[in-house]
Amino acid sequence: MTAPLDSEQRDHLVSALVRDEPRVLTRITSLFGRRGYNIRSLSVGSTEHPGLSRMTFVVTGDRGVVEQAMRQLEKLHDVVKIIDHSLEKFVDRELVLVKVAITPESRVEVRQIAEDFRARIVDVGRHALTFEVTGDEGKITAFIEQMRSFGILETMRTGRVALTRGSNADIPSHVYHAGETEALRPAVDGVEPRETRAGGVPNLF
Amino acid sequence: MTQTDLTGAKALWATLAGHGITTVFGYPGGAIMPVYDALTFYPEVRHVLARHEQGAIHAAEGWAKATGEIGVCLATSGPGATNLVTGLADAMLDSVPLLAITGNVARHLMGTDAFQEADITGITLPVTKHNYVVREVEELPRVIAEAIRIARSGRPGPVLVDIPKDIQLAAYHGEIAVPHARPEIPTPRPEAIERARELLQTAKKPVIMAGGGSLDAAAEITALARAWDIPVITTLMGLGAFPSSDPLWLGMPGMHGSVAANRAISEADVLLGIGLRFDDRVTGRVSGFAPNAAIIHVDLDAAEIGKIVRTHVPVRGDARAAAALLAEGARKLDLPEWRAQINEWKSRTVEPDHWGAGYAVKAVVDRLRPDDILSSDVGQHQMLAAQLARFERPRRWINSGGLGTMGFGFPAAIGAGMAEPGVTSIVIAGDGGFQMTAQELATLKKYDVRNVKICIINNSYLGMVRQWQELFHEKRYSEVYLGDSNPDFLKLADAYDVPGYRADCAEELPEAIDAWLADPKSALLEIVVPNEHGVFPMVPAGAALSEMIETEPPRAPTPGIERNAAAEEAKQP
Ligand SMILES: Cc1ncc(C[n+]2csc(CCOP(=O)(O)OP(=O)(O)O)c2C)c(N)n1
Repeated sequence: MTAPLDSEQRDHLVSALVRDEPRVLTRITSLFGRRGYNIRSLSVGSTEHPGLSRMTFVVTGDRGVVEQAMRQLEKLHDVVKIIDHSLEKFVDRELVLVKVAITPESRVEVRQIAEDFRARIVDVGRHALTFEVTGDEGKITAFIEQMRSFGILETMRTGRVALTRGSNADIPSHVYHAGETEALRPAVDGVEPRETRAGGVPNLF
Repeated sequence: MTQTDLTGAKALWATLAGHGITTVFGYPGGAIMPVYDALTFYPEVRHVLARHEQGAIHAAEGWAKATGEIGVCLATSGPGATNLVTGLADAMLDSVPLLAITGNVARHLMGTDAFQEADITGITLPVTKHNYVVREVEELPRVIAEAIRIARSGRPGPVLVDIPKDIQLAAYHGEIAVPHARPEIPTPRPEAIERARELLQTAKKPVIMAGGGSLDAAAEITALARAWDIPVITTLMGLGAFPSSDPLWLGMPGMHGSVAANRAISEADVLLGIGLRFDDRVTGRVSGFAPNAAIIHVDLDAAEIGKIVRTHVPVRGDARAAAALLAEGARKLDLPEWRAQINEWKSRTVEPDHWGAGYAVKAVVDRLRPDDILSSDVGQHQMLAAQLARFERPRRWINSGGLGTMGFGFPAAIGAGMAEPGVTSIVIAGDGGFQMTAQELATLKKYDVRNVKICIINNSYLGMVRQWQELFHEKRYSEVYLGDSNPDFLKLADAYDVPGYRADCAEELPEAIDAWLADPKSALLEIVVPNEHGVFPMVPAGAALSEMIETEPPRAPTPGIERNAAAEEAKQP
């Protein structure tokens, strides 16, 4: 295969609206596992529609890999809708609990930094403080980096959650495979004619 | 319709009957007994008792492949259900519409490792299009209706419905769901068709490649190819999508494809693929596949487009609609050089002219009439049949392409033969694969099936594996010799009242074939062939199609084979 046009490996933030049925999580994760796509983070929760859950996952790969993953997902009966947030505007958040080691000397400085990050203290121990931080991935990573020099004892991240910006709402479940008509958009845009192609063939895209 | 005094089991049969299901292949057991009991109240549905659940599901596949309609099979929990796994995987890869119904232990026992409990929905998750456990009896008809719709819609595939025993027994008070309308089929976008048409118009070396997803578009594809005057290649799964008698037909591509098909792909400047998924047995090394071609890919399944090969014009939609649209406004391409080149490649085809497996397969397939169904098992005989058989219409060639399932051919031929009792259903099998499901001879006997003709190409070896050992493992014939332990196939058939015929040499063959086909009953023909033949042309695994070995390399006389055979025999107690 010729090298994909967009072969850059990066994280794609993908949301799926799925039917809340037994095994739906297994179905989705096993599809990812079997086809060798790595999920870096995954969060699942209920939505405003009874019977529908929303999953947000971060998949790493080039655009071709992620598109293929989404098309495979789209075929699952449980999957009502899929959005690749990297193709539109979105808000995303992650929550993390960080337990930081403190000494009498570092205590004040740790608290000061936490305040700058609007981190809340959720547990106070003699030798450790536990913070709760919410924000986008960058903020959370920056906070953890800042705390690293003091000594991080434990962290727990929830994984990212995301919503599209604006006032559009989710397509209800009866619009089965709502993404279908758009399914080929990225492929059309992303495909370049091969240089090796015989002369006289028009440049299509 | 409202019905009273129904149970879950009766609601199941009523729903199946309501969907026009006339035949179900299966095998009973404890966890599905209420369903078998209820069957006695539904004479409109015929149940065919196989001798192994694998036989039942392959028969259902054969039924589906011959008719294009959904195949249905039934099994009990645990071991019955796990025996379906191979067939489900087979149906998944070959996009066969299939409904598998399994019994399971009662709900309160599920998850307790109860007797004959298996988590069959968990086990079959990766090899089904979708699967269900029915959790409430009221859901049963709706789940069955939905399962049938999913199995048939889009790219068809297998769906499994697992029904706990207590639900089969529970009283059912609802209505029986009316059948769903046929699923909507997406029509291709006009821009995509327009781009494809522009590309075809400028082509100098075009070729059409039709796969299993194009079988129901055979008429449209034939019209399209003739209107543009573009040669057609049909994949292993697509054989019959274009008439073999048409001069535009180039044969099959891929590992054992024809010289003309593989060379044409390697040279083409525009390749129009319809209803195919570019399997690696078809493409050879992907980087060397159609290296000069702009690729137009028509497929119902968006996930197939761009999955393996780079696609220049993706056409998402129904093959029939796409082919019909592409034929509109066609004008014959005038490409004398391309035509001459293709004719030269076609002239390189060597048909087997001396005694061996190829000679035997050709003698059999030459007897096919246009409506006859030809099934094959998996191995050398399969590739030979695919190379040598000629099909004028679709759904007359039934084989396991994606999974390559030995043991598939014979039960599939039974299913196809039962679907179409008026035609002859011939199966070509190897001595190895036939023994994987030979017990289905009993099914022929039990139902007095009269139109199934079994042909065993007996080369005393697991021939295809032997060929690879010969080519790639320096003739170390490890565990592939069968000649010392094969049964007497005629006696085996006789044990089930199936008449048997045998040919040991070219001279005996015509008479044996005549007698076998003329027998008023289903019959078995064993053709004993020399064991060292290979199937050529061949593209070695990992090579590009252009690196095809066209003809069997000259070989030293076969002491190696004899010696190894002798050594194998010596090892036996
Ligand atoms: C269930 C299963 N097991 C193993 C294989 C691997 N396999 C592919 S072809 C082949 C040999 C088939 O031998 P035979 O049935 O005698 O046919 P022949 O190749 O000799 O025509 C084997 C073992 C398979 N395809 N399916």
